Amino acid sequence: MKVKLGHIALQNPVIPASGTCGFGQEMSEWFDLNILGAIATKGTTLEARYGNALPRIAECPAGLINAIGLQNPGVDEVIAHEMPALRKLYRGPIIANISGFSIDEYAYVCERIDKESDAAILEVNISCPNVHNGGMAFGTSPEAAAEVTKAVKAVTNKPVFMKLSPNVTDIVSIARACVEAGADGLCLINTVLGMRIDIRRRKPVIANRYGGYSGPGVFPIALRMVNQVSKACPGIPIIGCGGVSNAEEVIEMMMAGASAVEIGAANLQNPQVCREIIEALPAVMREMRIDHLQDIIGIV
Amino acid sequence: MKGVWTIERNEQIAERVCRMVLRGRTEGIVPGQFVEIAIPGLYLRRPISVSDIEGDRLTIIYKIVGAGTARMAQMRSGEEIDMLTGLGHGYDLTQGGDEVLLIGGGVGVPPLIYAAKKLREAGKQVRVVMGFNTAHEVFGENEFQTFGCSVTVCTMDGSYGTKGVVTDVIDTPAPYYFACGPMPMLRAILQQIGTNGQMSMEERMGCGVGICMGCTIETKEGFRRVCKEGPVFNAETLMV
Repeated sequence: MKVKLGHIALQNPVIPASGTCGFGQEMSEWFDLNILGAIATKGTTLEARYGNALPRIAECPAGLINAIGLQNPGVDEVIAHEMPALRKLYRGPIIANISGFSIDEYAYVCERIDKESDAAILEVNISCPNVHNGGMAFGTSPEAAAEVTKAVKAVTNKPVFMKLSPNVTDIVSIARACVEAGADGLCLINTVLGMRIDIRRRKPVIANRYGGYSGPGVFPIALRMVNQVSKACPGIPIIGCGGVSNAEEVIEMMMAGASAVEIGAANLQNPQVCREIIEALPAVMREMRIDHLQDIIGIV
Repeated sequence: MKGVWTIERNEQIAERVCRMVLRGRTEGIVPGQFVEIAIPGLYLRRPISVSDIEGDRLTIIYKIVGAGTARMAQMRSGEEIDMLTGLGHGYDLTQGGDEVLLIGGGVGVPPLIYAAKKLREAGKQVRVVMGFNTAHEVFGENEFQTFGCSVTVCTMDGSYGTKGVVTDVIDTPAPYYFACGPMPMLRAILQQIGTNGQMSMEERMGCGVGICMGCTIETKEGFRRVCKEGPVFNAETLMV
């Protein structure tokens, strides 16, 4: 089940996605985190953030909408407490997810995490749909995406993976801009901007009006985008993310071009789904006559 | 804990209110905690408070309010369902003196039934004050009386018990309380009865296990997840 994500060896390709596993504490109550390929921590910003007003969650066909709004304790607290606490529970690679509201903020938080934590990869979120004047604003223009990439690359020697938004006309142009600006890898997709309305109250279900849709409903979209980007940017490692719920879909995502796969919404439905997927993978590999997962990356 | 449970009974007990009895592994579940029920055809689990534990039987009482609870009401005995159990921080029943007060409103009453049982087992005197809109919605009175609690029921329209709201029939200073109910009731308790007690909060949840930050509320002690640090909070910390 071993795979290589850029220069980093993972014991398997399964990674709980940022925002669906906190900093590991709660998930560790459900299974031993050390079975994971890697873990992607909650999006971290310069300041502590409460996030958006409630309700932040809406049920949808084949998934959910969330508008958490990057609730996190801020980079100081993450470095001082969350990362050391996670390290006690998990010996494998930590992917630190970083968000910001300005290019300077991205660079500052990345530099702090680079110098003051043992994260293996920086996953730079330029695709959060739930905050204003930040997040997705940087991920919907190739120029802005490139600027963030350059600013972050200038302050770290760790691999930088840019996490891309599907809420764009041409994902390939954003991906190319990041790669040309020096990104070591890409992670896609973040959530798809969506909405639910409570027809009795005649109001949006989500207090923030719109939110990010994720779950099995976005899987075909994620798969297509991973495939397009892997064809357009050969050789660039991709973390595939979006609606993956079982071992078969992990393999499907890898065949589309992903070197590793993040599991997101499925964790909210079943906090031990990552363990179940990892346990199911060997049998599915045998059934599909796959000896090494590394061999199937991008074969379709 | 994640496990498969078998439905033993599922029946209506009041207007739009049902009781479901399930069998499975009940060890360690305390009053005020909740379960997350997987409902076929819906993505997110539904959080429901535990209203009794007896041996391997777990009882929940739920109101039909949306698609999830409507489907639950159609489930039949013998069906198996997937549940996460033992979720959240329950009531600390060691607080308060020999005499305590339980205050419940509508479908906030169920967790107090299990709490009443444990409080009576601990030898405490328990007074229960319950509020409902109207007579058709009233449930739980027999259970509390069986445990040996003194029970006062209020209805808004006066069709059963005392006409009015729970705070109308509670004299101050009141004994230490355990409360669960709609937000207007909790606010009235804080304003008129005080903060000498614990309250169970309800919010729309994503995961129910503390990983998604979907149900975070602001308290006097900072941001707290209703599903993890809650649903039960010390009343003095709440900003409702």
